[in-house]
Amino acid sequence: MSSDAMAIQAAESAGRPWVETLHEWITTVDHKRLGILYIVFALVFLVIGGVEATLMRIQLMRPHNDFVSPQVFNRLFTMHGTTMIFFVAMPVLFGFANYLVPLMIGARDMAFPRLNAFSFWLTAFGGILLYFSFVGGSGLYGAGNAPDVGWWAYAPLTARAFSPGNSSDYWTIAVLVSGFGSIGTSINIIATIFSMRCPGMKLSRMPLLAWLNLVMSGMVLIAITPLSAAQIMLLVDRYLGGHFFDTQAGGSAAIWMHFFWIFGHPEVYVLIIPCFAFMSEIIPVFSRKPIFGYPVMVGATVCIGFVSMSVWAHHMFSIGMSSYSNAFFTLTSMVVGVPTGIKIFNWLGTMWGGKLIFKTPMLFCIGFLFQFLIAGLTGIMLAVSPFDWQLSGSYFVVAHFHYVIVGGILFALFAAFYYWFPKMTGRMLNESLGKLHFWLFLIGFHMTFDVMHIPGILGMPRRIYTYEPGRGWDTMNLIVTIGTFIQGIAILVFVANLIYSFFKGPKAGNDPWDAWTLEWSASSPPPEYNFPAIPTVASRRPLWDLKHPEDPDGRYE
Amino acid sequence: MSTITTPIAQAPEAWSLPYRGKVAMACLIIAESAIFTIFVVAYLFYVGKSLTGPTPREVLETPIFYTICLLSSSFTIHFASRFLERGNRAVFLGLWLLTIVLGGLFLFGTGQEWHRLIYEHGLTISTNLFGTTYYSLVGLHATHVTVGLLMLGIVLLFGLAGRVGPEQSARVEVLSMYWHFVDAVWVVVFTVVYVVGR
Amino acid sequence: MAKKLAVEWGACIGRVTGVLVIVAGILLAAALCTAGQQPANPVPSIFEPHSTPADSILRLSNFVLTITVLIFGVVATLLSYATVKFRSKAGDAQHEPAQVYGSTQIELAWTVIPILIVVVLFLATARVIHAIQDAPKPVAAVEVTAIGHQFWWEYRYPALGIVTANELHIPVSDPNHPSPTFLKLLSADTDHSFWVPQLAGKTDLIPNRINETWVDPHRTGLFLGQCAQYCGTQHAKMLLRVSVETPEAFQVWVNAQKQPAIQDEKEAAGKRVFETTACVNCHAVGGTNATGRFGPDLTHLMSRSTIAAGAAENTKENLRLWIQNPDAIKPGSLMPAMQLTDADLDALVRYLETLK
Repeated sequence: MSSDAMAIQAAESAGRPWVETLHEWITTVDHKRLGILYIVFALVFLVIGGVEATLMRIQLMRPHNDFVSPQVFNRLFTMHGTTMIFFVAMPVLFGFANYLVPLMIGARDMAFPRLNAFSFWLTAFGGILLYFSFVGGSGLYGAGNAPDVGWWAYAPLTARAFSPGNSSDYWTIAVLVSGFGSIGTSINIIATIFSMRCPGMKLSRMPLLAWLNLVMSGMVLIAITPLSAAQIMLLVDRYLGGHFFDTQAGGSAAIWMHFFWIFGHPEVYVLIIPCFAFMSEIIPVFSRKPIFGYPVMVGATVCIGFVSMSVWAHHMFSIGMSSYSNAFFTLTSMVVGVPTGIKIFNWLGTMWGGKLIFKTPMLFCIGFLFQFLIAGLTGIMLAVSPFDWQLSGSYFVVAHFHYVIVGGILFALFAAFYYWFPKMTGRMLNESLGKLHFWLFLIGFHMTFDVMHIPGILGMPRRIYTYEPGRGWDTMNLIVTIGTFIQGIAILVFVANLIYSFFKGPKAGNDPWDAWTLEWSASSPPPEYNFPAIPTVASRRPLWDLKHPEDPDGRYE
Repeated sequence: MSTITTPIAQAPEAWSLPYRGKVAMACLIIAESAIFTIFVVAYLFYVGKSLTGPTPREVLETPIFYTICLLSSSFTIHFASRFLERGNRAVFLGLWLLTIVLGGLFLFGTGQEWHRLIYEHGLTISTNLFGTTYYSLVGLHATHVTVGLLMLGIVLLFGLAGRVGPEQSARVEVLSMYWHFVDAVWVVVFTVVYVVGR
Repeated sequence: MAKKLAVEWGACIGRVTGVLVIVAGILLAAALCTAGQQPANPVPSIFEPHSTPADSILRLSNFVLTITVLIFGVVATLLSYATVKFRSKAGDAQHEPAQVYGSTQIELAWTVIPILIVVVLFLATARVIHAIQDAPKPVAAVEVTAIGHQFWWEYRYPALGIVTANELHIPVSDPNHPSPTFLKLLSADTDHSFWVPQLAGKTDLIPNRINETWVDPHRTGLFLGQCAQYCGTQHAKMLLRVSVETPEAFQVWVNAQKQPAIQDEKEAAGKRVFETTACVNCHAVGGTNATGRFGPDLTHLMSRSTIAAGAAENTKENLRLWIQNPDAIKPGSLMPAMQLTDADLDALVRYLETLK
């Protein structure tokens, strides 16, 4: 259990037997507690996934290194990818959605509190199952433990012939189970937003965070399920002797790729859209202006949701599709850049003419904007299918999607942590430590992932446990590894800040940032049922109306 | 600024939101549709690609009667929930029971067909690509019918105990949505397996 | 006290940040310097193409890079300007800035301009896709079937009757009389990907599927690459070596490869070891009873400069080590340790050395 979970429990259990506190947390159906459970669970796995990344980077520090064996390295990158996507990014975003959506729309809980708890525990068991493979994965075959098929688990590597033992089954079932958890939570978020809004909270008045989580949940429903279906097929193949992906019996390896990426690409947007949501809440508050172009932001998000469903095969430009398919997916992949660009411009428009306050959350937002811009532009390069024939499967791609996931999603998450930690705990995070964390992480991030583009251009493929010297990759890889350690130190600063501030941070009060959405009207942390009386709202910024009764927001909608 | 109170404006205008159960069931149906879509795509992709027999043309028989059973159960459940809404519990229970019988008949039909395919034609899930895709797709649908029947059965038990009245009609309506979905999926599966796939 | 601490903290953070920025700068500079040096082996950079597909990809890439750098320049400048210009000033915190909610004209502008850029990029891309993928196959083309195995490459020249492994030999292509090489890509087990960055973009080798790619190298020399699709334990050491030769040198190589294996009576002992152990289950030697196909064809083993798909140089010591303990060179490869006595091992290596 991570340190801040223990911290939370330690504070709660003063004067009460710890078993009782533990029991309360395990049996809770309160959306705020489940949100925190999700977040803590994700933080634990973030540390595990980070350690795996560090081990891989030590191995790749110099050519022909023998820090880990190829078998171990392959398990490390499989587990790192699976962990970070399914057991860090998804749960932490669901955690924030769980915590914030009911508060922001003036509801007392999610629509289905017990389904909420059930979904969380499904995800949690999925994560535990994945890591139990280190113990149980070898089965009776002595065939290695943790899965080593990569997080895409391309057929036919997952067939019994190439993956004996149980390790691939652990991967499949763990991800399948957590997928069901994600579907449950998404249904819950959608039902909450449609059926639990407080009076006056029309859809056109909802905070963007709620809107974007609505779109994200809708995407989960149609994006995660294809993966679940494909995994059921894989289980049929492995346990009942089916031939879905059995190339010996006429099955197709390429169809798994399609099924996986029909999930895999929308998944990227499932992860980034809640981060857009954080941006859209935090940037206005620290610019002291309302979000620029609210309806356009909503429209662009819905547009991204739809278009991103038709871009999946840009992950497969090298599999030998026809020139027409390649051209089609080039076009759709570029088109999805348009609404994404609109979002960046709208955040810029929000900052323009404002009074920017550079507290830690805002710093991470600025970092996000620059890095997401670069990630988007390298994404355009990868969408150009001939360019992609050179770049796909290389370290350039690894650098690109880490730019999205670390430079985009993780930066947005840090912003969210600094922004909502006061609401969740009642105490402010330390600003000095926060700024140290930001600058250290920024430097480490750029050392690692800026430089990582170069070996890809010089022909270094991904997923190799070692490489030949003299190809111009050596120094780059060393710098990348050093950057990883700087990021690691920054994460330690962050964890230290969480723990220190939880106990010693200054009291936050209800509304430390002088913000405008409903959650800041509740106490910090909010009481079990959030609002003593259900609020009524008349505009997109209900607290602005309260603070500026002479100039209410509603008249500009 | 830390003394912000909950905003309560003037008396709210008429404020009604959709029933959360229906929203959630609609979401579940969307998610399930995506799962079925993938299975249907796999089925169509592999039509005619089996390396060995038997082929669908050789062994499949169109289950007209059982299809009629399942489709008509959509009408019975629809009218059952209408009668419940109006408070007519007896007719509700009768139609509800009829729905279960029709669904059960359909499931029996699927079982009979599988028995014939396995024991007469030697077609199992591991025989060839047709076997794999056929049993998976039809089996996935039959699983949904089974789950539906279990839920209908639970409502029936409560109904017989006199615990289902008009005040539960919204919940019954949710279940009926699910059952309609299962029927609609069968229309697709039927078309794919027995019409297009041959 | 708290304030003093905060000040010290601030100074401390400032200093740490400064040091880190300098260190990062030095490392980056060092990286750029070493990148500029000419390394011992050719760097398989996509920016040094020597074949039409790689060349036209590079021209398109440069176009895309220019546009994206321009976009970055404009947006990053605006962002930086906003960040510096609109920071809140001390003493000015009382008043909220003007509350602006949006502007239809501006939204339209920044929707239409990106759409125009997308159209331009797409048209440029579609041309290159068509030019590379739908290129006609000239009659003079050399046809090669490349089969990916865990973790090595098999090359068959069906028109020439040659089977070889791991080192692809192709003729240079004169732009006036093109003699490109068309590769038919198959896989015997899992997915692989054929990627020699200086010759062409990558194309996957997928079981139960036939893919195609082509190259027409404009100069002779050795071009490096490696498998670019994760294929199992030793994905990392599935290296590609493409030797581009003058038409004359290529013909010499072809003639040599067409011969059956040399039968050297002096090494009959080693041959006996080869033919009576498990070697023949997986390896073929032309003109003998060894016809296995799981491993590389060894008929002209000594004409290759590397063994184990480029993992080690083809020397006597490496051959011996490879037969005795493959894991020492390539852990996880499917070549088993042969458990031979020292005498047998020496004889076997001597025999293999005759397979010129």
